[in-house]
Amino acid sequence: MSGWSPVNAWLPLIVVGTSLVAAAGIFLLKEHRHGLRTVFNLSAAVIKLGLVIWMALGVLDEVAFETRYVLVDGVSFILRADPLGIMFTGLSSLLWLFTTIYAIGYLEDAPNRSRFFGFFSLCVASTVGIALAGNLFTFFLFYELLTLSTYPLVVHRGTEKAMRAGKVYLAYTLGGGAVLLLGVAGLHALVGEIEFAAGAGLRDLDTALNPVLTLIFVLLVIGLGVKAALLPLHGWLPTAMVAPAPVSALLHAVAVVKAGAFGIVRVVYDVFGIEFTWQLGLLQPLAWLACATILYGSIRALWQTDLKRRLAYSTISQVSYIVLGTALFGPVGTVGGLVHLLHQGLMKITLFFCAGNYAETLGVHRIDELDGTGRRMPATSVAFTLGAFGMIGVPPLAGFVTKWYLGIGALDTGMAWVIAVLVASSLLNAAYFLPILHRIWFRPQRAPWPDEHFRDCRDTHPWLLLPTLATATFSLAAGLLAGMPFSPLYWAEVVVLREYLP
Amino acid sequence: MSGGEALSWLLVVPLLAAIATLLAPGRWRGWGSLAALPLLWLAFTPVLAAFLHQGTLTTPLGGWSPPLGIALIGDGLALGLVGLTLGVFSLCALFAAADPDPEDHSHLWPLAWFLIAALNGIWLSGDVFNLYVGLELLGLAAVGLVALKGSAEALAAAMRYLLAALLGSLAYLIGVALLYAAAGSLALADLAQLDGGDTTVRVALALMAVGLMLKTALFPLHGWLPAAHGGALPAVSALLSALVVKASFIILLRLWLALDADPLAVVAAQAIGLLGAGAVFWGGWMAWRQARLKYLVAYSTVAQIGYLFLFFPLITGTGTDAARLAWDGTLLMLFAHALAKAGMFLAAGNLVRAVGSAQIADLAGVGRFRPLSLLSFGIAGVSIMGLPPSGGFTAKWLLLQSALASGQWPWLIVLMGGGLLSAVYVFKVLRHAFVEGPTRDTFRSPPTAAELAALTLALSSLVLGVAAHGLLALMRPDALSAVLEGAG
Amino acid sequence: MSTDLFFAWIGVALCGLGLFGFIVHHHLMRRLLAFNIMGSGSFLLLVGLAQDGRGPDPVPQALVLTGIVIAVASTALALVVLRRWYRVSGESSLPEDV
Repeated sequence: MSGWSPVNAWLPLIVVGTSLVAAAGIFLLKEHRHGLRTVFNLSAAVIKLGLVIWMALGVLDEVAFETRYVLVDGVSFILRADPLGIMFTGLSSLLWLFTTIYAIGYLEDAPNRSRFFGFFSLCVASTVGIALAGNLFTFFLFYELLTLSTYPLVVHRGTEKAMRAGKVYLAYTLGGGAVLLLGVAGLHALVGEIEFAAGAGLRDLDTALNPVLTLIFVLLVIGLGVKAALLPLHGWLPTAMVAPAPVSALLHAVAVVKAGAFGIVRVVYDVFGIEFTWQLGLLQPLAWLACATILYGSIRALWQTDLKRRLAYSTISQVSYIVLGTALFGPVGTVGGLVHLLHQGLMKITLFFCAGNYAETLGVHRIDELDGTGRRMPATSVAFTLGAFGMIGVPPLAGFVTKWYLGIGALDTGMAWVIAVLVASSLLNAAYFLPILHRIWFRPQRAPWPDEHFRDCRDTHPWLLLPTLATATFSLAAGLLAGMPFSPLYWAEVVVLREYLP
Repeated sequence: MSGGEALSWLLVVPLLAAIATLLAPGRWRGWGSLAALPLLWLAFTPVLAAFLHQGTLTTPLGGWSPPLGIALIGDGLALGLVGLTLGVFSLCALFAAADPDPEDHSHLWPLAWFLIAALNGIWLSGDVFNLYVGLELLGLAAVGLVALKGSAEALAAAMRYLLAALLGSLAYLIGVALLYAAAGSLALADLAQLDGGDTTVRVALALMAVGLMLKTALFPLHGWLPAAHGGALPAVSALLSALVVKASFIILLRLWLALDADPLAVVAAQAIGLLGAGAVFWGGWMAWRQARLKYLVAYSTVAQIGYLFLFFPLITGTGTDAARLAWDGTLLMLFAHALAKAGMFLAAGNLVRAVGSAQIADLAGVGRFRPLSLLSFGIAGVSIMGLPPSGGFTAKWLLLQSALASGQWPWLIVLMGGGLLSAVYVFKVLRHAFVEGPTRDTFRSPPTAAELAALTLALSSLVLGVAAHGLLALMRPDALSAVLEGAG
Repeated sequence: MSTDLFFAWIGVALCGLGLFGFIVHHHLMRRLLAFNIMGSGSFLLLVGLAQDGRGPDPVPQALVLTGIVIAVASTALALVVLRRWYRVSGESSLPEDV
């Protein structure tokens, strides 16, 4: 390791801090200072993205970025930029920028914008904290902060339905947080502080402890599985769809579900170590759980009539691809899981942006109202189509890259049945996305739009359209240019090479 | 002036201020008190400097040394608590002084200063009788503060509080008599030489423990607390919940450390822990059922006190690691609760003033009008719920570690369950920030200084969660190492 | 039991009597009197326990004096609150617990 400097020791904290400062500033602004708030929001997002890119380049050169201090005896607060963390940080800061632009357009003339953007910034600060956390304690700190900062976003509309969704959301996430805390505290009591990427330490423990370690692993996965919406714990996600579209986009593509999935990746690779998890016999059940969730989510998505709810079930299914990749014992499968962390984020945020555009521009919420929207909103519809094809896994789009690597990885591990799951899931993806595309492009408009705005725009308001097109382009590029440097696939390979292969 | 002599100024300044405010006309009392606050901090600074320089400070008052005289002892724990007292009192005083008082409550000031003198006396006392005097002064001042509103409800609460306080002090006094008979000394330091298995000592300790638990409002002896804390003026509620109930707890903690050798102590400690668990669940449940905002906060105090009493099973008869973690965790919990609860009561006072109603249901729409007050309530709530990053969370983490290190699994359930229960009642209030109900247009504005006082307290409970290391190191006492030797 | 502890045992008996009265009575004045009996009992205990043939001991005397002052002050405060309560509510006992 080279290039240690005081700046590098502070940089991870500064990256988290930019959104914290933005949050504090936004909270203090008066409600009507829209211009100043926009400046705050965008400059914080741009500064953060710049810093993250700088860190990412540094990480490639093996520069150490680490903030640490002793919180209480035996527990340290550690923020550190490693390739895996940077991958997630990069995704969140990139998508934060676009979601902020989108949200500014989406919430034009809506009340309580100070509150919304304040918690929105806090939410991103937590996500970046999760990504850069250097040990389980720090991870947990930000994981719970994420729960607290997303609740106000879920209930933002303040309607009876939103409050109920908020209650469900809290019950799931706080309950999951408590289980996670038990696991984290138990592990700490057993072996003291464990920093990420040093997980091999657990392997050297007395084998008599294996049942306890298994229990701790189960607790951790349950706690993280709530946010990752793994099978029996997914109930909050479709309910939380009452939130405004930018929130759904952020929650589903980046922050909450990804935090859960990312946590599982951390636990398997950086705490327990993939080999040790394999020895404990825990990878196989995790793979089953992931496959069950993939199929269940896709099947439930088929029956949804509300566009956002269909996307929500699709998320449940897609996030488990990441968990599945983690559970495949071998480098190729790992690459598949990790790359999907980024791919799913780009594709799903595009889809949610599009759903928001349809709702804001035409008042269209249900799938059977989408007939003929392709002609009224061609750009949005193209973006939606790209996202949908990506999800199905049509080559050469991003989803295909994921599924290809997952399939090869499964074959390497001797779990050929996973291929069947992947094929079934792709067919189901097609079954719930293609009818939507058919309605958009090939059916004529049936009735006047329920609630039309922006009549003088060709498609929709530019603040809404530009982020949508940008993320769609990124998800297209992620698949087309997968072999180029700095593509998601490239990063996933860096992570695997740097950390998991000896 | 040496640091040791300066200790007595921590008692003299509040006593003088109490007398001065008593003699002054009502309208001067508030601002006069604010002017006296810097003097108190000025007295504290050299003490703290001397402590950091030379360790524990001792002053025999008036030059008389024990056993006839009274010694003040400024160890890390005592000074930490004095600092906490000064901080919380300063902000509560700011809140009360900023309050545009429609009725004349200026008697608050002399009583509050007496309260501070009593608290500092308790923190700094090294002998059991002096502690008794401090407890009585504290009780009388606190009862006076509760009765201040003069309404029937306030008077009934004050009367019930007074009866409980008197009964508790008497039980404690009888214990003092027995201890003196057994040890021939009143100094805490001398009690350590007592034979723990002696019947007289056991009876004494049991009586004192019951008396102190009654004063701390440990379940099921908490009946007096909700009305007293829930019905008082906001600044008074904040002082009572943040500091006053902690005084009797700290006395019990010091006694326990001094008289740890009894083999029965393990059983007694488990029993006390069970009462603490009862407090956590019963207090949380009752808090959730309250319709009035300040009563909800008051029952939350009942619940949070329960966490403090987990100290006893976690430190008694356990190993060095568990005991150290229990000590750190309990003190951090005490500090975090003091700051968060004071902030929460002040914020609740602001909210009640803003909507002109004590009912939680009337809060709808207040989030848009008074976001700062609700935010303060929420931030304090984070610490009360024990969610990170907050002092409450770090304390809970330490207690969890202690329970795991000593293999006492059942306390995990208490810590986790209590946290979830508190989330239920805190969000019962917070959800009103978001409900878009019928927006009323008759909100009144609390003064900005009052809102800032609440926010500062709440934020400091949050900061405590990530900056506790130095404070805990400062407060870890020699007494603890003595206990650990005893346990080892 | 030595005769030295005679006063101490009387003190204990008074305490018990006072506690009994404190618990069974609801009239606030009676409760206050019961509390004073308990107080006197504990002072007797404090002085009585020190009569163990070691000669006169000034410490308990000083303590009891302080204790008496405190008991008087507490009783005075209790009487003020009691009178106010009686004037406001017309009751001489506390309402049942909420």
